[in-house]
Order: sequence, then C-alpha cells, then structure tokens
Amino acid sequence: MNKAQSETGRREMTGAEMVVQALIDNGVKHIFGYPGGAVLPIYDELFQQEEVQHILVRHEQGAGHAAEGYARSTGKAGVMLVTSGPGATNAVTPLQDALMDSIPLVCITGQVPTSLIGSDAFQECDTVGITRPCTKHNWLVKDVNELAGILHEAFHIATTGRPGPVVVDVPKDIQFARGIYTPPQTAPRTSYQPKMQGDLEAIKAAVALMATAKRPVIYTGGGVINSGPEASHLLRELVDLTGFPITSTLMGLGAYPASGRKWLGMLGMHGTYEANMAMHDCDVMLCLGARFDDRITGRINAFSPNSKKIHVDIDPSSINKNVRADVPIIGDVGRVLEDMVRLWRATVRQDKSALHPWFEQIERWRARDCLAYRPNDDVIMPQYAIQRLYEATKDRDTYITTEVGQHQMWAAQHYGFEKPNRWMTSGGLGTMGYGLPAALGVQIAHPEALVIDIAGDASVQMTIQEMSAAVQFDAPIKIFILNNQYMGMVRQWQQLLHGNRLSHSYTEAMPDFVKLAEAYGGHGIRCEKPGELDDAIAEMIEVRKPVLFDCRVATLANCFPMIPSGKAHNEMLLPDEATDEAVANAIDAKGRELV
Amino acid sequence: MNAQLQPTGSAYFIASETEKPVTHTLSVLVDNEPGVLARVIGLFSGRGYNIDSLTVSETEHEKHLSRITIVTRGTPHVLEQIRHQLERIVPVHRVVDLSVVAQERGQDRPLERELAMVKVSGTGDDRVEALRLADAFRAQVIDANTEHFIFEITGRVSKIEQFIAIMKPLGLVEVCRTGVAAMNRGPEGM
Repeated sequence: MNKAQSETGRREMTGAEMVVQALIDNGVKHIFGYPGGAVLPIYDELFQQEEVQHILVRHEQGAGHAAEGYARSTGKAGVMLVTSGPGATNAVTPLQDALMDSIPLVCITGQVPTSLIGSDAFQECDTVGITRPCTKHNWLVKDVNELAGILHEAFHIATTGRPGPVVVDVPKDIQFARGIYTPPQTAPRTSYQPKMQGDLEAIKAAVALMATAKRPVIYTGGGVINSGPEASHLLRELVDLTGFPITSTLMGLGAYPASGRKWLGMLGMHGTYEANMAMHDCDVMLCLGARFDDRITGRINAFSPNSKKIHVDIDPSSINKNVRADVPIIGDVGRVLEDMVRLWRATVRQDKSALHPWFEQIERWRARDCLAYRPNDDVIMPQYAIQRLYEATKDRDTYITTEVGQHQMWAAQHYGFEKPNRWMTSGGLGTMGYGLPAALGVQIAHPEALVIDIAGDASVQMTIQEMSAAVQFDAPIKIFILNNQYMGMVRQWQQLLHGNRLSHSYTEAMPDFVKLAEAYGGHGIRCEKPGELDDAIAEMIEVRKPVLFDCRVATLANCFPMIPSGKAHNEMLLPDEATDEAVANAIDAKGRELV
Repeated sequence: MNAQLQPTGSAYFIASETEKPVTHTLSVLVDNEPGVLARVIGLFSGRGYNIDSLTVSETEHEKHLSRITIVTRGTPHVLEQIRHQLERIVPVHRVVDLSVVAQERGQDRPLERELAMVKVSGTGDDRVEALRLADAFRAQVIDANTEHFIFEITGRVSKIEQFIAIMKPLGLVEVCRTGVAAMNRGPEGM
C-alpha cells in the first residue's frame, strides 16, 4: 500500500474484508443473516470486528423480512447476508416482497468459487438468474477489484429512486482474493438517473385543477413514506391548506394521521365505505406515491368514472399502467409536494365553503359506520381485540407489523396510525410469515420501542422459528395472534366464491402457543374472554421478553366492508348487509363472467 | 357438476382488452455487461409481452454500449408500458419507439432491414430458375457447387419472406435470418 492509496481510502485487502468495510462505509450498523460454506470468509471477518452487529436468524426468509422491517422503520437500507444455493433461494420470497413494496434491501449472497460455477457444484444455484426478476438490479462479482464499487453501487441503487432490493453474489474465491478497496464515490452510472424534481408546468396544471375541484380527494401510498418524514410533513400541510379529504392505501398508513380531521380511513377492497365512495364520486383525484393496484381500484372500468386524475410517482412505469392519468407528474413525492404547497400558497385564492356540500356527503357516508361489528360479552371479537390493543399502546412509542390475512385488514381498519414508518406490512406480495421476523428487525433498530406483530394463527406458523432469534438477541417483540383456528381470509373467499366448501382452510392441529412460547424461552399468554383482555394486554406490554399472545377470537367472523370481485367502489358489501345469503350471492353471474 | 352450478370465481378483477394490437420497432441502448440481454428478454417473458424479432450487437466499443432492436406487438397502452419497463432496467440508457418517431415525422415506418442466408439444392431447370429469381431479388451467391447455392439476401422483412416462399418449391434446404436492424430516416440520432 502506498501513501497516495491510503490518502484516498484505497487500500489492499481481501474480498471478505471489502464486504465488511463497504458495510461500514455505507453506514450499516446491523445485518441479518445465516452462515454457510460459501460465505465463511465474510463471517470470519464479521467475527473480528465490532462495528457491524450480525443478527443470526433461523431461516434465510426470516433474515429478509427482518431486514425489510428494519428498513421500513428506519428509512435506511436493510441488509441480509446468506450463503449460496439454498441460502439464496430462501431469500427469494423477501426479495420479491421488497420489490413489490419498494423496500431498500441489500442482499449479499455467497457463491461457489468462480472455477466451479456452472458445474452443478455443491450448494450451487444460478443466483443472479433466479433473482433477476425479483430485484431492482443484481450482480455476480467476477473480479475482486470490482467488488467494492459494486457494493457501493448496490447501496446507491437500493436506496435511491423507487427503492428496491438488490443482490450481490460473491464467489468464495473472490472473498479470499486480495485487491484494491475503493471508498464510496458519488459517480453513479449514467444509465441510472432517477428523476427527483417534478416538471413545474405539470405541477402548476395540477394545482390549477385542484383549485377548481368541487369534490376532491387525495389518495396516498407507500411512496409518501419512502420519500421520508419531510414528505409526510408536507402532505399534512397540503391537506391543511386545501382542506381536501384524504385516504391512503395499506402501504401509506401513517403518512397522514388517523386522528386528522380530513382522514377517511384506508381505501380499497377492505377500505372504508366513505373512502371508496369518495374515490368513486370525486371530480379531482390527487394520487401521491400509489400505483392503482387491483386491490385499490376494484373493477377498473368503473373506477372513479368522472374524475380528473393527477398522478405523482417517481417510477414512470407506474403512470398510465392501470389507470390513465390526466396530469402525470414524474418525481419524488416529497419534492413535488414542496412545489405544490408553495404554488398553492402563491396562486390559489380558495373559497373553502365550496367544499361544504362534498363534506356533507362524506359525513352521510361516514354515518353508515362501515366498520361496525356486533360486540359480544362471551367471545372476543377480532375487531375488539385490535381496538383494545390500540387503546393500550397508542400513547407509547409503538411499531406495528402484521402477517397477511383477515387480521391484517382488521389491524389496518382499527389501529390508528399517527406517524409514518410505524406500520410494517406485506402489501404487494401478501407474504404470510412476514410479520414476526419484520418485528424482530424493527426491534433491533428501535431497542426501547414497543414492537407488536398483529398475527394470525396460520401466518405466524410460517416463520415462528424466529422466536428463537428474538430470544437470543433480547428482542422483546410481542406476537399478538388473533387465533380463530382458520385461514380466515381463505375461508372468507371460499364462502364468497366456492359455495362455502371450506377446502383445507381449517387448522385442526393447532399448537399450544403458550407452551410454544415457553419452549422458545419466551413468554406465553392466552386470553379467551373479552373481560380479561385488557389485563392480558397489559401483561404482554410489561414483560421484557418475546411474547406469544394467543388471543382466542370469534372463529367465524369475516372482514367487512368489502368490494367483492368484479364490483366497483360504490358496490361495497357492508357488514350490516352481510347476511349469509348476501355473502353467498355477493358475486353475481355478471361478476363471475369477468373471471 | 359443481363447476356448472357454481362458476369458478377469482380473487382478481379481469377486464378484457378492447384496444387493437399494433407492431412497433424499439431501439434500446444498453451497457454491454453480463446479463443485460437476459434482463431485457426476462422482462418480456415475465410481463407477457411479445417479441417478434430481436437483434443485438455492441455498437460503440469504447463506451461498451450495445444497441438492441426489438420488434414487438401490443396495444398502444402495452407498448407504452414496455418502453417504461425497459427504461427501469438499470443498465438501459435509452429506449426509443422508432415507429412512434417515424409517425411523428410523417413517415410510414422506420427503416428496417434484415439479412438472410438461404440454401437451395437442386439440379436442372429448378437450379436455373433459382438463380434467375435470386438475380431478380438482388440476392448474392455466397457459396455454390453443382448441387446447391447459398444466397445472401438483404432487405425488408416482406421481401425476405417472399424470397423464401418462392425458393420453397425450388429445393429450399435451410434458412438463417439475422432479425431486424432498424433506425429512423433523417439526420437525427436516436
């Protein structure tokens, strides 16, 4: 090493050292991983340093979801480290999950030595081939001198533009080889230049359109969260300025506070009546960082038929993909909101009373009380359980993760989120088993916070092994299981679409979650009576250990309101209308033809 | 029986496509790095887009840039999606829909050329006729002995299709085609 090299940060080292050095230089404090033959040199380096803490999971999928939870709750990249072959293939589910929900995730995989690639070697798989469609970009490193540059580029691509997962596949001989390490530089490749600033003329047109709106609605998504806390702040400012009502996708909850006066609740398939009706009847729709997913739009040709649509997204391919935008704006939501707020202040003289009839209409929809359910003194209703959990935790520093299914929708409906980055859920991919490892990741990032996974009895069993990791790393995550002994959402669809033939959606051999918690070295709680729920939740919060909370809820409760298949926003099935007969006939012959 | 009484439902909303598909030619400028072609092809198969023809070669050696020419079919809406999805690929520099550019400039379509090698074997009248027709199509003889010719023909896709069809009864043995290379008319680059 010569003097010039040391001054610029260029140093000679092994590939394995470079991996650890690159993590440090990119500000990484924690990584989630599982060792194996093809990553042993990197694990050896991790052993000999203290700047990066490694969290040992029990399955690579757990490492991925933990890194996703870490990323979602901090706004930084989540990092996972796994071995070749099965280590890499087990990472595929969280990679696709992160791709669909735009989560910055850096996955480093070991690979068999370069000379053995293509020979069907032990624990070999075509990692870059397998992960190509489920990453934003990926690399196979063939020269140790390119390793550092690739790792820095990987962090850059994962965290900028529309964030997403990346994979760096490092063969074992590259980990041993010596080469020159280069520190991170700000010279991104010319072919990758995400557009951050929105076109000012388009933003002016958007503001002009918004100023004329009689029945406006703001529809926000995960893009607002991804853009950073400033974007959520600006969103609140815009809502205050314009007085527009606002709804959000599942991924966007918390960007605008649920206690806010203009809040309509979540929209979409299990969204509120008022949110979906407002979407259907609006005359101007401002979509911020959301992508008109099929769970949001319902029947696409009946989606908000009379509105002008303004669509702000950092990804040009999201615009006009499912729904035509009248005013497309490509850029970072935060930057666009900044311009929008400024232009509104400078140019719009608004008569707020013009919105009164619209809000009167919204209040009539709200009066339908679409989230109502029949309380029960003997059995815990799942909605009630979420409401009590919310009351017990709302004044604390709380983070919520979920699995996927009915419990997830009830959590989104009944838990009020006041801040961004407090809600971690698998939206796009719908990955059962996401919530428990995600909670682990969140807890590692926020050791003092209260981290709760609102789970279902089926989902939680998909990654329950990470209880062991939580115990090992003193992560006192609370797994609040709404146990109805069914795959509730599967059953609900079978009731709606398949003549109530409940094919394999009932779990007949449920583990004893209390004993299971104790077996892992955690704490188990069971609650079966509504009257005992508050005390049991208090116990769960107090215990400084991972907790499995077996909350026995009404077994046959279903998730309403709901937009049945082939229906539009204004054809929701409301809970008080959801008799057995209505459920069985919710999807008429016409709706079935759409299939 | 159940299937009749209870038509199968779906958790998805499926709407039928109403627009008519059209054929467009795209030029894609990419970094010539490992896996870049797989990314492009994987995008088409993964998202259910069509590829009628695909050619690729490094065109700027110093910058390691390759130019991919893709002929694809889809509704205008799908073609717009294809362009944007291609632009998301990290090593992709530019995507130009040559057909759209041609239309904007008041031209029917971009310049498109393909090269084919056509092997024909035969004797007697067929052989004479093959050679006569090749001359009419301005095809070159690039290999021959007393029993066969290999013709090299360059031109629009329709011309090559026509030439191959004519050679069929005259002893066509095999054909190899490059796929379409294309650019727009006029002084401007892509």
